[in-house]
Amino acid sequence: MSTRLKTGGRLIDRTRQVEFSFNGKRLKGLAGDTLASALLANDQMLMGRSFKYHRPRSVVTSDASEPNALFNLGQEGQFEPNARGTMTELFDGLEAASQNHFPSLEFDVGAINARFARFLPAGFYYKMFIHPRPFWKHIYEPFIRQSAGLGKAPKARDASTYEHFHVHCDLLIVGGGIAGLQAALTAGRAGREVLLFEQTPHWGGRAVVDGAVIDGQPAEAWVTAALQALEAMPNVKLRARTMGAGVYDHGYALGYERLSDHAPGAPGPRHRLWRIRAGHIIAATGAIERPLSFAGNDVPGVVLASALRDYVVNWGVSLGDRTVIVTNNDDAYRTALVLKDAGLEVPAIIDARAAGGGALADEARKRGVRIETGKGINQVKGGKRVTGVSLCAQAGEGAALEEIACDCVAMSGGWSPVVHLWSHCGGKLLWDAEAAMFRPDPARGPTGADGMPFVTTAGAASGPMTTAGVLADATEAAGGGDVPFAEEPAAAPLEPVWMMPQGASYKLRTKAWLDFQNDVKVSDVQLAAREGFESVEHAKRYTTLGMATDQGKLSNINGLAVLANELGTDIPAVGTTTFRPPYTPISMGSIAGEARGEMFQPLRKTPMHDWHAANGAHWEPVGHWRRPYTFLRAGESVEEAVAREVKNTRQALGLLDASTLGKIIVKGPDAGRFLDMMYTNMMSTLKPGRCRYGLMCSENGFLIDDGVVARLGEDTWLCHTTTGGADRIHGHMEEWLQTEWWDWKVYTANVTEQYAQIAVVGPNARKVLEALGGMDVSAEALPFMAWADGTIGGFAVRAYRISFSGELSYEIAVPAGQGRALWDALLEAGEVFGVMPYGTEALHIMRAEKGFIMIGDETDGTVIPQDLGLHWALSKKKDDYLGKRAQARTHMDNPDRWQLVGLETLDGSVLPDGAYAVAEGTNENGQRNMQGRVTSTYHSPTLGRGIAMGLVHKGPERMGETLTFPKVDGTEVSARIVSPVFYDPDGEKQNV
Amino acid sequence: MLILTCPSCGEAKDETELAPGGEAHLTRHGPGSADIEFEAYLFHRQNPKGVHFERWRCAAGCGKWFHAARCTATNEVFGTYSAQVTAPPKEIHEAIAARRPDWEVPS
Amino acid sequence: MSERVHEGLVTLREMPRRGMITLRGDLGDRTLRRAVEAGVPMPERGRLTVAGARMAAWMSPDELLLMAPHEAILADIATLRTALAGSHHLVEDVSDARCLMRLEGEAVLEVLAKLSPVDFRDFGEGRFRRTLLAQVACAIGMVSPHTVDLIAFRSVTDYVWAVLENANDRAAPVGHF
Repeated sequence: MSTRLKTGGRLIDRTRQVEFSFNGKRLKGLAGDTLASALLANDQMLMGRSFKYHRPRSVVTSDASEPNALFNLGQEGQFEPNARGTMTELFDGLEAASQNHFPSLEFDVGAINARFARFLPAGFYYKMFIHPRPFWKHIYEPFIRQSAGLGKAPKARDASTYEHFHVHCDLLIVGGGIAGLQAALTAGRAGREVLLFEQTPHWGGRAVVDGAVIDGQPAEAWVTAALQALEAMPNVKLRARTMGAGVYDHGYALGYERLSDHAPGAPGPRHRLWRIRAGHIIAATGAIERPLSFAGNDVPGVVLASALRDYVVNWGVSLGDRTVIVTNNDDAYRTALVLKDAGLEVPAIIDARAAGGGALADEARKRGVRIETGKGINQVKGGKRVTGVSLCAQAGEGAALEEIACDCVAMSGGWSPVVHLWSHCGGKLLWDAEAAMFRPDPARGPTGADGMPFVTTAGAASGPMTTAGVLADATEAAGGGDVPFAEEPAAAPLEPVWMMPQGASYKLRTKAWLDFQNDVKVSDVQLAAREGFESVEHAKRYTTLGMATDQGKLSNINGLAVLANELGTDIPAVGTTTFRPPYTPISMGSIAGEARGEMFQPLRKTPMHDWHAANGAHWEPVGHWRRPYTFLRAGESVEEAVAREVKNTRQALGLLDASTLGKIIVKGPDAGRFLDMMYTNMMSTLKPGRCRYGLMCSENGFLIDDGVVARLGEDTWLCHTTTGGADRIHGHMEEWLQTEWWDWKVYTANVTEQYAQIAVVGPNARKVLEALGGMDVSAEALPFMAWADGTIGGFAVRAYRISFSGELSYEIAVPAGQGRALWDALLEAGEVFGVMPYGTEALHIMRAEKGFIMIGDETDGTVIPQDLGLHWALSKKKDDYLGKRAQARTHMDNPDRWQLVGLETLDGSVLPDGAYAVAEGTNENGQRNMQGRVTSTYHSPTLGRGIAMGLVHKGPERMGETLTFPKVDGTEVSARIVSPVFYDPDGEKQNV
Repeated sequence: MLILTCPSCGEAKDETELAPGGEAHLTRHGPGSADIEFEAYLFHRQNPKGVHFERWRCAAGCGKWFHAARCTATNEVFGTYSAQVTAPPKEIHEAIAARRPDWEVPS
Repeated sequence: MSERVHEGLVTLREMPRRGMITLRGDLGDRTLRRAVEAGVPMPERGRLTVAGARMAAWMSPDELLLMAPHEAILADIATLRTALAGSHHLVEDVSDARCLMRLEGEAVLEVLAKLSPVDFRDFGEGRFRRTLLAQVACAIGMVSPHTVDLIAFRSVTDYVWAVLENANDRAAPVGHF
């Protein structure tokens, strides 16, 4: 059984108990435990089930590479799936639940899949579920949905908060082991500005566990001294619990700081995402031990040799009383020595190398440990727990020689440098055959803005696996300097072992796991190779090797070695899959940062926003603005409110908050000439004091914006844009001024937000302005399409006589700070004239009744002014304007286009928005041909029936024809082609 | 996530502060141009793997456009320069030549 | 509108409306420089200048932002327009188009670094930079040590306040700068 040892555990505090629960069971751990070490201390070896076969799973590692010990943590707003128990610090009240089991962890019906494992080989899903087709939707998918997936998706809203932090530094060092610390010391002493991250709460990495001796003192003491020295350097910043998650172009890197995962409920953000711009990055990310591929290597109790040391040394936890060690290198012998020191039994060390190990092996032998060289494990005995192993010759096919009873197996297949950060942005690897590892190729690092490499690896991440080698490499990586002295027992060389035994039978290979999380076995990769998935990327996707939360940290190298072997090629020829950030999963919350709730998006408010909110505004998002769609009164439906607003505006007086319309000042000696290029109309001839409706096209000829232009003075114009177009059109103007006509003397200024603008609309519009008193707003003084500065009700205003509704209408602009006061004054003075504010829907209906187009409704980026019958707005006198040349292209200058018409349903109903008119015949897909579509459609309260505009093939030539529009519900509606101007076609109402 | 120096601000800007504008040094063809010229102006782009001249706007900064010479394969930046030129200046050519001796001006 | 105050890592304050003028023109032109310098020293690229209640900030190679007490703004505009008459220029009142926040305290840059991608390492007194604050455009000016004025568009005042207040949470110190 796994248990807490009487002594040892450098990270735990035996005086402080911590209570937590696992699957509802209350358990006790110690301060300093991880969830994994605490579960082991409670003899809870079984921690979850595998993905495909629901095999019992326990920890294999003690660190970030853990594939098995995944948990659902917490409840409700604190719930998080797929948390690695090895990286979860224990705290009082922690609630953990195992994943991927049904109905319970101990008894899982899905485990029956394992009985059928030979019917569920690689690619099974692809082969099985393709026929018959309807089965997918109705049978296969629902079944797979229920059984697939690891953790549960959170259901409650995340109760935590998150933030970003942008930082620039000269040197970012990732990894707080002795390599990272030595690199930071070296760079810090050289005066460089250093930021050092360590993903765990503890510094020192493996060296402190493995008892390295540095400069004559234990590694632990050296680390403490190094930290003191670094903390004293003002140019060095240290940050624990922060993972270097990813490296991107131009020195951009992400750090993932876990502020309160270990102390939930603490105030402040849970995670902080560091968005770093580093001049240079040192990846001192260490190495990951590889498993060995033998039958039954996934049985709980089989762990990495280094992880077993960690549990004993760091947390005083043993996984079993009798541990068999199986290895192809010297490092695993350290585990034997640690176990012996802890008073635990090591019945045998099985060394696959015929020649056995070096100095560490001699020491183990001296301590009385039996060592079997040239041997391997034929099979692990046991189901939910290791009960023993059977030995075989490594060279053979796996004939059992002997059984050894044990309750734990520690395996070591060698070490792989953690090259992720090196590789994220394009650093290349080379295959080191002697050490049997991919390591960074220093000649082909990821390059930055200057074309020079900007990532360097340091320590084990570069390849060296000895203390002395690590320290020397780290010093060099940071620019060179004094290297601390370290000496180690001489090691015998590692011997690559990709399968154990070397000639393992098919039966054994089907039980030798490569990927513990996704249940990929040696036989699966071999099958993939035989079926033609020869590229490592294809084999990965076919078998799921290296997918899901651990992304193959343990399995990739073993898997591609098996693939290479099966393909009869060598490992570098197969290569690795792509290393993509983040290194381990990071929270979605940290990526969002503060952008949630009211901060999800900026919300733009007009100066009258608060009035709207307090007076029943039913909001419509328009870009980032919120505009009132209509103002709801008690007991009213939205449709009723809109109809009321339209009728009242047509009959009495309406007010519209038009502040969101774009307002751009264009000024300079060449301003007129410039606007003549920007607009299809002639703007240079506009008289000061007058307004003109203008159209803007892109160089492609398509209509992009419209609005009223007012000439303010001899060299100054004010261009109104659509609400959504203000920034875009200002940018469009600046683009042409800066990049094409940079010698033209024109300045622009976007003054959209400087002004509040209120449309005063309806037969009583003039009366209310006259009641407020001030400037002359008579038809003579301020005729249609004129503007004037003056005062109204004591406000300094600019009044425009323009109309988007067809009624008598003024748009009154004041500085935004006075917008609300003017709005209030108009409401008060308008009371006797029947004033009523109206929203965007009433605005849309009234413009549609008049046949005025709306950018974004009648236009969609493929519509030219000619399609909309706007020829009158295209100046014939101008040689050039943006879009003119494009509009002369053959398919543009062509009557055979869909053109704007009005549509009137025969039954008076409202046409569905976006409905298509069908024509004779069908296309090559058997669909009915189309001859037009609805672009705007409303119920007109004024006319008491549905009105619509649409683009119809040669529409204007077909007045009076009836078109058929199929509806979504299968019925059809007929509509007659009519003029798009439904109301007051002669414009008598606006021009009074 | 690029960093480019805005020549107007004289400062390094994060890609989030910038807006891309496609290929630089296009010649405008307006009314009177041949269909083939106009088509090329509107649609034909170099899209090279390697050295590219492109337009950027310092959108969250000074609002000015500038040009950048960048390797599209490695993101190496050879320099940024004024948008008010019709061809890359000499120092940009020299910076490219220093790093890409075999590069030739595309026709 | 009542001006808000939030005490956190720094003191965050919504400031009353300040007079602001957009001036576009040839910043090297002697007439223009003389007109500006009648009120406040000409700012260099990336900087702002202060003279009493007036400030000038460099917005772009052909644009300055001139600031003054709001009541002085109409007169200032008239003076500038007169002084620049005959030269190519643009002078516009933008006082009502902007909101203004002041951050005071030792951690001002740390609070801003949560929201802006700016390299704040050398951001000392007199620096002025246009950038992003979370998702909106802003300008950040270091008016004196540990005092930053932040200018953004009026329509997003509440958003700007919300993200600044959030970043200013006393329980969220970074301790980096």
